[in-house]
Amino acid sequence: MSKYYVNKFLFTVDRDPELLRRYKEDPRSLVASWEQSIGPKLNDAEVSTVNFLTDAERDALINHDYVALFEMGVHFFLSLTIFIAIYDEDYMTKSGPLSFQREFAEKLQHWTGKDYPSIALWQAAAR
Amino acid sequence: MATLAAVLATTHHPFYLKATTMPPEQQMPQAPEWKRKVEAYRETLTCAKPDILVMIGADHFHQFFLDNYPQFLIGKAPRYDATFYNEEREFGIPKYVLEGHEELSNFMHEGLMERGFDFAFSHELKLDHSIICPIITTRPDADLPVVPIYTNIFVPPLPSPKRFWDLGRAIREIIDAYPSDQRIAAVGSGHLSLELGGPRQFKETGPDPDFDRKAIEWLSTGNIEAILENVTHESMTASGNATHGFMDLILMMGIAGPIPTAYHDNLDLFHTMEAYFTWYPEGAAA
Ligand SMILES: [Fe+2]
Repeated sequence: MSKYYVNKFLFTVDRDPELLRRYKEDPRSLVASWEQSIGPKLNDAEVSTVNFLTDAERDALINHDYVALFEMGVHFFLSLTIFIAIYDEDYMTKSGPLSFQREFAEKLQHWTGKDYPSIALWQAAAR
Repeated sequence: MATLAAVLATTHHPFYLKATTMPPEQQMPQAPEWKRKVEAYRETLTCAKPDILVMIGADHFHQFFLDNYPQFLIGKAPRYDATFYNEEREFGIPKYVLEGHEELSNFMHEGLMERGFDFAFSHELKLDHSIICPIITTRPDADLPVVPIYTNIFVPPLPSPKRFWDLGRAIREIIDAYPSDQRIAAVGSGHLSLELGGPRQFKETGPDPDFDRKAIEWLSTGNIEAILENVTHESMTASGNATHGFMDLILMMGIAGPIPTAYHDNLDLFHTMEAYFTWYPEGAAA
């Protein structure tokens, strides 16, 4: 399990318009190339070799599965921001302002009143 | 010695500019009221006639990430870019360049170290909406030099509410000791109860209106005892997963001291309570 690396995926993709476009249009291929050539970058000069995605994490990213990401304790700000970037406009046109954000909340209703999975990196995810 | 001209603590709502400048027929019904309240609030800074702004905010994973996330950081650059690509994209916030104030940054940094706050520092800092939103609302000309200070209200482990208060008190001492005849205002932004990326996000009100009411009461009356008795990391989590931005409002009251505000206002908006507080610890400007 690497909460850090899933967060790194969302952080690096959200801040780059080209990566974001590819993540919207073909998430499977973008996740694969991210794992190959972007995730391992420590900076422009150095590589870090110590991180990896688990199968469950990779699937959640490929499926834009923000419920699974929430339950893994991925940072809420990264997850909300990137999926707004991907879905907000289409939802807005179809169903009006905030319709995506409200569906996002709706899909997490089973967590209302419970302790959410911790976003702290040293704490295990839910279940 | 420098004069502390005003202390402002405000929520930051990144959609303010967009919401109040889109064509009127597309605006939300509350937009005119929101604009009126913000402009009235702005006047509380303008009339204090500040020369320098000490700005308190928090980086939302824009420049800083989990490979190296500072608890407390001060900007020490001559100039600061502001607004990241993804903030322009999501919120429609324009880019800015703010002048820095290296002399006060250095004096502040040394003063913080002397008082037991070993700050991280940055000589190349790009500011995010936690600092630009209050510039847009309280000083839209962006014409004053700034000393930016970032706190961690964003990723655990967070400093305690008491630590934020103590940091505010330390910043106050340093401003008071700054050998200058300039007028310094401190402007910081945070949140009341807030949920992002969770089941309570984007409801008709903020996730915990009861907390919001109390928080406004505590801040506007300078009641730090009640805050430190009632507000913990756990209680903030219970009020909404992103409520910890409240600690930056505690910090601002720390700069002012445990005194009532000269001005406060609030506005119940979709998904969050906006709130605006101003203190004049040394009396209002003549
Ligand atoms: Fe924020």
